Amino acid sequence: MTVEISLGYDKDYVRKFSEGLHEPEWMKTLRLDALEQAERLPMPKPDKTKINRWNFTKFTHDVRGDKLDSLDELPEQIKDFVDKDKENQNLVIQRDQRVAYASLSEELKEKGVIFTDIFTAMKENSDLVEKYYMKDGIQVDEHRLTALHAALMNGGVFVYVPENLQVEEPLQAIFWQEDPEAALFNHVIVVADKNSSVTYVENYLSNNKEEEEAVTNILTEVFAHDNAKVSFGAVDTLGAGTTTYLNRRGVADRDATIEWALGQMNDGFTISENFTYLMGENSHGNAKTVSVGRGSQKQNFTAKIVHYGKASEGYILQHGVMKDAATSIFNGIGKIEHGASKSNAEQESRVLMLSKDARGDANPILLIDEDDVTAGHAASVGRVDPMQLFYLMSRGMSQKEAERLVIHGFLAPVVKQLPIEAVKEQLVQVIERKVN
Amino acid sequence: MAGSTLEIKNLHVAIEGDEILSGVNLTINGGEFHAVMGPNGTGKSTLASAIMGHPKYEVTEGEVYIDGKDVLEMEVDERAQAGLFLAMQYPSEISGVTNSDFLRSSINSRREEGDEISLMKFIKEMDDTMDVLDMDKNMAQRYLNEGFSGGEKKRNEILQLMMLKPAIAILDEIDSGLDIDALKVVSKGINQMRSEDFGCLIITHYQRLLNYITPDKVHVMMQGRIVKSGGPELAQRLEEEGYDWIKQELGIEDETVGQQA
Repeated sequence: MTVEISLGYDKDYVRKFSEGLHEPEWMKTLRLDALEQAERLPMPKPDKTKINRWNFTKFTHDVRGDKLDSLDELPEQIKDFVDKDKENQNLVIQRDQRVAYASLSEELKEKGVIFTDIFTAMKENSDLVEKYYMKDGIQVDEHRLTALHAALMNGGVFVYVPENLQVEEPLQAIFWQEDPEAALFNHVIVVADKNSSVTYVENYLSNNKEEEEAVTNILTEVFAHDNAKVSFGAVDTLGAGTTTYLNRRGVADRDATIEWALGQMNDGFTISENFTYLMGENSHGNAKTVSVGRGSQKQNFTAKIVHYGKASEGYILQHGVMKDAATSIFNGIGKIEHGASKSNAEQESRVLMLSKDARGDANPILLIDEDDVTAGHAASVGRVDPMQLFYLMSRGMSQKEAERLVIHGFLAPVVKQLPIEAVKEQLVQVIERKVN
Repeated sequence: MAGSTLEIKNLHVAIEGDEILSGVNLTINGGEFHAVMGPNGTGKSTLASAIMGHPKYEVTEGEVYIDGKDVLEMEVDERAQAGLFLAMQYPSEISGVTNSDFLRSSINSRREEGDEISLMKFIKEMDDTMDVLDMDKNMAQRYLNEGFSGGEKKRNEILQLMMLKPAIAILDEIDSGLDIDALKVVSKGINQMRSEDFGCLIITHYQRLLNYITPDKVHVMMQGRIVKSGGPELAQRLEEEGYDWIKQELGIEDETVGQQA
């Protein structure tokens, strides 16, 4: 069966797009192969959410934002995400699909750290990008959206931290969709080589209204090699008109750790997957996410940790707040493969409902093919406890203020994990805006 | 006269249709400490919760006024704003909200916008008050009541009382589960509040709390009503003789609610 999907984005278009960016040959070939596959592969099937009527294929692909001469030109909304007190020297801002601002401290450059937009990375370090790009993390042929992404990738950043280097200051990327209808096929790769560590934080921003349709298809691949540690923070705030497919995936080798702190605050229809593969012995994966749904938004969140390595530890904590007529599915999956003995898979999913029309569903799943392991799960869907409100209000707080406090408390375990102070504050404010 | 006045008139309260209070009358003025005593199951805690507006209790008859204003018409937060405070027997645990953030929000909810308490002043006050109550300083940064021991919760209620400085406080079994040292500390805090501007209703079924806090008036509750009132000497006699003599005097066989003499 052939399905017409790319709406004018045919081989010719993709070839010219790649050549126009002077991409290496491997990337052009990968794009063209992927385009072919996109036409025959099925769409992904997120558990319990029907996406067949969501728009993933109608979009404006090539929009290039202007460069910024200085951070002062940024709109306030974005400035707020940048630390004011500290000059963050390690910052990439992408405006629509082009890098508008890029800075990396001299010290880190000298030590061999790479932190650039993905096109620059392909020019300067083609082999390194090729080594990681859609190979051991996310595969091109997983489904139609991964293939479509590979064919049409039009933005992203590449991070590489060399062996034995501990990067203390966080690296921050801001992906700003200024054009309300520009599509974003963003690809982020974060590599921490052996015995290194790095903190990376990203923010997705757009302000498009419901009637301004846009598509984002975001793939993120994180690699923590032996004994490396990656702390990955994110605040997603894409607008109501944006339909999002987001896949953040991590691969942890022996003794490596990947920690996720994700603020999933999009206002549009969203599929968000966060998978961690614990490949090496004694590897650790820790996924903490918070989400707020409002309006008539539909969202599907999956946090999954797969254990291959012996004595690997996986923790999932998902907290979601649903208001208005928003619907969200929270899937938590802990999978222990045969041979991953002494592993531990723990997960907790909690959903707080603020209105009678909101719907939330928490599905804890444990799939275990090994005897000598420990695993546990907890899940709940409930409303704000009236006794908590009575207690807070008896001290003088209005019902609204009391609810605000309970909700912030509910989301706090993830919010406080975010490594950049400005981003943490922003997340708190985004939550405030969304729940009030 | 200084301070506020809380008037409870013929208060009837039901829970899920069953009447618990059957006509309570009581007036508390600023400067006065009242103790409501009585065996378990006589409606004491219901009185405390109903005055504050607990969602499970339904007032079926009667009136409550603070300084002439109709309390029963007020939302819970308005009752607090009007000067009422309830130290709860089982305070809620609220995860993710630190004790100090909670207290600061509570204080600021009583102040005009733009007139919030300064952080420095707040920290100083909280520090000083925690010292009086012999509380560990890291309690300020712990999540509200989460994982607190019974005694820590009670101290924390009194910490709030002292910092919010209400006009009328109701203390619901603030002594239950406290050892003698904790009881002394909590009593010290409550006694510090004593002034012309502060009235207090202490609910207890042990007399021992009244060894440390001397009430001006003592009331005995049975069958959902106040059946006897007196001065501190009444508490003294209850300690020595128990409740049986009152039951005999009034011809009560079963003092718990839902029974009639």
